[in-house]
Amino acid sequence: MNHSAIRIGILVFPGSNCDQDCHYAITQVLGASAEFVWHKTETLPSLDAVVIPGGFSYGDYLRTGSIARFSPVMAAVARFAKDGGLVLGICNGFQILLEAGLLPGVMLRNHSLSFICKDVHVWVDNTATPFTGRLKPDQVLRLPIAHAEGNYYTDQRTLASLNAQHQVVFRYCTPDGRIIPDANPNGSLNSIAGLSNSRGNVLGMMPHPERSAEAILGNAAGRLIFQSMLDSLQTARLSMKAAVQA
Amino acid sequence: MKARVYVTLKRGILDPQGQAVLHALGSLGYSGVKDVRVGKLIELELETSDRPKAEADLKTMGERLLANPVIEDYRFEILE
Repeated sequence: MNHSAIRIGILVFPGSNCDQDCHYAITQVLGASAEFVWHKTETLPSLDAVVIPGGFSYGDYLRTGSIARFSPVMAAVARFAKDGGLVLGICNGFQILLEAGLLPGVMLRNHSLSFICKDVHVWVDNTATPFTGRLKPDQVLRLPIAHAEGNYYTDQRTLASLNAQHQVVFRYCTPDGRIIPDANPNGSLNSIAGLSNSRGNVLGMMPHPERSAEAILGNAAGRLIFQSMLDSLQTARLSMKAAVQA
Repeated sequence: MKARVYVTLKRGILDPQGQAVLHALGSLGYSGVKDVRVGKLIELELETSDRPKAEADLKTMGERLLANPVIEDYRFEILE
């Protein structure tokens, strides 16, 4: 499928450091169009989706993501998400989505207090989101993580609601798909590695799909996330076109 | 007018940093320390001399930015 007409905006904050990797994965690996959107931008250009990349926005001062959420662009992203636009937050991008209230909960320091940079396995808990259409139920993906604050926490009532509404999209697991404490790298509540909003158009995930998007990197599993997102956007475009023609 | 805002983890929230400090104190021989919780002290210098306004502002600063209400509590004091 030709994705070249699809335009993805990649937010850039002071301290973002996975923005170029995301741009490369989206344009060079997957053949869609991408542009960088500076954090001071108040009105988003015409975009099909927004990616909030990883890094250390504002040096992680105060709490991870807490300063970035007040950047002018985040008000525009909140409007974009409210209108149903797809928003993918990766690592620090996930932390920013939590601080901005676009996803519930918060990230605590890793249980071990260490910065963890390694490949982990995640179990795919929901294939019905716009970001996971290419994945199979119960599929296990091997993806890299690199963070010091990935220990997801929320109150019990929110956790129950997340589970009931199938908003947990990825959980840390063993290579054969068992969700056990030993396979949880950071102490995250219920082994949560990624979750969506109730509508499903906003996804936050700690693993880095852009660092695992092609075979030369030793791992192409992350490509499936971007491909799923582009499939959803393409389908939405086609149905819109059909509606206009009808 | 100066103010101090104290941000602390809510009771029941695991504090791995506090646990690490607790263990370090233990290895220094302070075996009587039962628990450690690490928080933040934020000092502010305010232009206003209107105390009720300062209090109202500090409250919203705590709620909107300085603390994350999911895991943290805050309290403040105003120093003349």
